[in-house]
Amino acid sequence: MSRIGIVDTGICNLGSLVGALESLGFDPEPVRDPAAIEECDRLLLPGVGAFAHGMSGIEEAGLVEAIRRGATAGKPLLGICLGMQFLFERGEEGAVRDGLGLLPGRVRRMREAAALPLPHVGWNDLLHVRPHPLLEGIKPGVDFYFTHSFCADADPGVIVAEAAYGERFAAIVASHNVVGVQFHPEKSQRNGLRLLENFCYWDGPC
Amino acid sequence: MLKRRIIPVELLAGDRLVKTLRFGAWRDVGDPVKSSQVYSDQDADELVILDIDRGARGPARLEAWLAEIAKTCFVPIAAGGGIETVEDARRLLAAGADKVVVNSRAYRDHELLRGIAGTFGEQALVVSIDVSRERDPGTLALFSECGRRREVVDLAGHVAAVTRAGAGEILLNSIDRDGTMQGYDLELLEHARKVCKRPLIVCGGAGHYLHLEEAFARGADAVACGSLFNFGDNNPLRVKSFLKGRDIALKRT
Repeated sequence: MSRIGIVDTGICNLGSLVGALESLGFDPEPVRDPAAIEECDRLLLPGVGAFAHGMSGIEEAGLVEAIRRGATAGKPLLGICLGMQFLFERGEEGAVRDGLGLLPGRVRRMREAAALPLPHVGWNDLLHVRPHPLLEGIKPGVDFYFTHSFCADADPGVIVAEAAYGERFAAIVASHNVVGVQFHPEKSQRNGLRLLENFCYWDGPC
Repeated sequence: MLKRRIIPVELLAGDRLVKTLRFGAWRDVGDPVKSSQVYSDQDADELVILDIDRGARGPARLEAWLAEIAKTCFVPIAAGGGIETVEDARRLLAAGADKVVVNSRAYRDHELLRGIAGTFGEQALVVSIDVSRERDPGTLALFSECGRRREVVDLAGHVAAVTRAGAGEILLNSIDRDGTMQGYDLELLEHARKVCKRPLIVCGGAGHYLHLEEAFARGADAVACGSLFNFGDNNPLRVKSFLKGRDIALKRT
């Protein structure tokens, strides 16, 4: 079985993600240094928190280049929630700050309305834009758990699925072997576990 | 479309879950790990887990329970009880919580709220507010320290202050209705809805599925239930089946 690494950014819900993957029969390992990241065949990048603060954590741990190298080498990489936002070129939460630059787009605060308070928190359904191996076996219209105030203004070419909360925003993004989900699959019961399982068996498009 | 949420509440005391009546009269209602797993399997939308044991403050025990619970429970968890520092919050989030719940400290320590929201994002911070209108008739009084300490600030002022400090959600709890199963305090809910711009979770008094519908109709984003799921053959799946066709957007799986 391929080695699955979960990048420990210091501010993530590591326990939940490990628990979800173990329940599926995988044996993920938290990775905290570049050498450990190199040894993994696929990577998950979770994250809870503010963009600028989170990117600082990744930089201080010296992980930016290791994650980029892994992605460039074709290793499947899944960013979750803030981890998905890190994949983009730039974030505007806290201070304007560069992301990992693996996907085209920027991360901005969602538009707030009186009837639609932020954070956008709770279960929301996906509008599938195009098929992707990550969505195999997942019916259109089922709900996933979101909790965030920022979203990615992603290049339309990388959007796999959207969700709607006042506006439509990117819920799943993908380009080659790099994928990201704005919601929390590890907290989305059966369908979330299925998505994680799909990722763990996915080799990235050839 | 964003769905309304149904949230079982688990109150941790020592190594067991308890259910309270007006914040007293603890009754044992089971094991935290098993109970959380069952709720996860029964399609709960989220869990609130609060350590209410005054004997051992500090989040160490809650942290240990969360680590066990995270192995078999795959729904979001809001956890709290005795959080005093950003580091306390970090430990609970790392162990398996998705958000932390702060109550007593929210009255005096806005720096803590700003610290948690600044580090983990506003979505990771729930401020819980315990309200009673009967302990001091004619007023709507706020209480901290598990209902033991009367606060002087009013609800609107407190909600505004904690929102400014970074609260992402408000958990509104009626002490008077807690455990009574007589229905939510709808007047309180309507008042809170007017002054609260954040997602609002209402708690205290659910005893029948219709009570949940009443609360949703008055603007609750989520309904929290304790006794409803503990005393009687009820669970989140049955609630949803009952509410089907009543024009309430609920999660599809």
